[in-house]
Amino acid sequence: MRFSKDHEWVRVEGGVATVGITTYAQEQLGDVVFVELPAVGKKVKAGEEAAVVESVKAASEVYAPISGEVTEVNSALADTPALVNEDAEGKGWFMKLKLADAKELDALMDAAAYKTYTEGLH
Amino acid sequence: MAEPGTLKTTPLNALHRSLGAKMVPFAGYDMPVQYPMGIMAEHLHTRAQAGLFDVSHMGQVRIAGKDAAKQLETLVPGDYQALGLNRTKYSVLLDDKAGILDDLMATNRGDHLFVVVNASNKDADVARMRERLKGVGIEYLEDRALMALQGPAAKAVMAKLSPGSTDMVFLSIRDLKIAGIDCIATRSGYTGEDGWEISVAARDAEALARALLTEPQVKPIGLGARDSLRLEAGLCLHGNDIGPDTTPIEADLAWTVNKRRREQGGFPGHAVVMKQLKECVARKRVGIKPEDKAPARGHTPIADMSGAVIGEITSGGFGPTVGGPVAMGYVATAHAAAGTSVQTIVRGTPRPAKVATLPFVQHNYHRG
Repeated sequence: MRFSKDHEWVRVEGGVATVGITTYAQEQLGDVVFVELPAVGKKVKAGEEAAVVESVKAASEVYAPISGEVTEVNSALADTPALVNEDAEGKGWFMKLKLADAKELDALMDAAAYKTYTEGLH
Repeated sequence: MAEPGTLKTTPLNALHRSLGAKMVPFAGYDMPVQYPMGIMAEHLHTRAQAGLFDVSHMGQVRIAGKDAAKQLETLVPGDYQALGLNRTKYSVLLDDKAGILDDLMATNRGDHLFVVVNASNKDADVARMRERLKGVGIEYLEDRALMALQGPAAKAVMAKLSPGSTDMVFLSIRDLKIAGIDCIATRSGYTGEDGWEISVAARDAEALARALLTEPQVKPIGLGARDSLRLEAGLCLHGNDIGPDTTPIEADLAWTVNKRRREQGGFPGHAVVMKQLKECVARKRVGIKPEDKAPARGHTPIADMSGAVIGEITSGGFGPTVGGPVAMGYVATAHAAAGTSVQTIVRGTPRPAKVATLPFVQHNYHRG
């Protein structure tokens, strides 16, 4: 699993990247009440807005950590947005992308680097 | 964001931090937006039990003198000369165009009016009072804290900590001892629930808050839930839903201008208010109930079913008690009837919504 500075995670299996927001991000957001996901087939670029996550208090953009084409979105979030709070890095995933360029993963942090990064934010 | 060092603090700052609050800058103060329980749970707890809110950032002002009510009436359309002893009334400070400079609660204390104004406007409000009011003493109460105990269990908590206080009716004030501490409390609030707003000497504030929080029904509640609670209750937030560019008539606050004040005038913007009452206004503040799950937040455009923009959301978010998104805003008067279908344009996407009657959650005041 790799992590972005904007608090998204990516897990790549067989050329398909699953993307979500990190446990740290959901803790900062608080109770998630709505997630706006992209249309399947949409091409997203690394660093561009790909989804919106809304807590009671505010709406926050979710950026694509890597480029690719959206092949699937987590439809369970429509009825149960709280999955993002309960299991941000598992059942609360946002979308699956067909990777455009696997090399982009090198620009992302590993778990240890991300942990150090978030600790520096306090 | 301002550096923490430049922010003012309330007398409960250390308590908030010890309770694990997430602190944010608000109106120049370092304030708790939420505690570890989280906004959703804090909101639901307040509606089910009782919540304690620090609102010490708000301005507490004493206007003393026998003409205090008459003088205040030169700034607001409320009928304060007819206000009974120890009774509280809501009103709005108007400019000459009937724009709303602030909203306030003022209480008749016999030899003075006790006035509570919003944090972000308090300096301007006090300056305006000092400039315009004649023959009265205006004292800004720097050394007092203000906290609100809100929710259906507030009554039981007060019955225990301040025996004899629970026969107070909504919008009345009384000098009370709460947990042995001298307080001045009004039965009022900003959540739609029964409860008290309690003014206390700054030096006693933490002891009082701790005494209230010792009761099992009472949890500390931050500004996040304060906002979602007042939104469900249909109550305006100055700076969002009302401001210098809205009048009391547009804001659906015509009830704050009674018959005598309409007839006699004597407040800024009287001519505008009368014209708008007679001719009807171009836009009105209404409730907006999104019909899907997407919150429509402040500044979201509102369109009619043909897609033409007819207004804007001024406050919106998720209502935990409603269990879905709730909002309020202004729409062209032709679309202001409850039940009218409209669309909110959320990030470019039209979403179905209906004009709704406020409040979204019924008020639970103790009217006696």
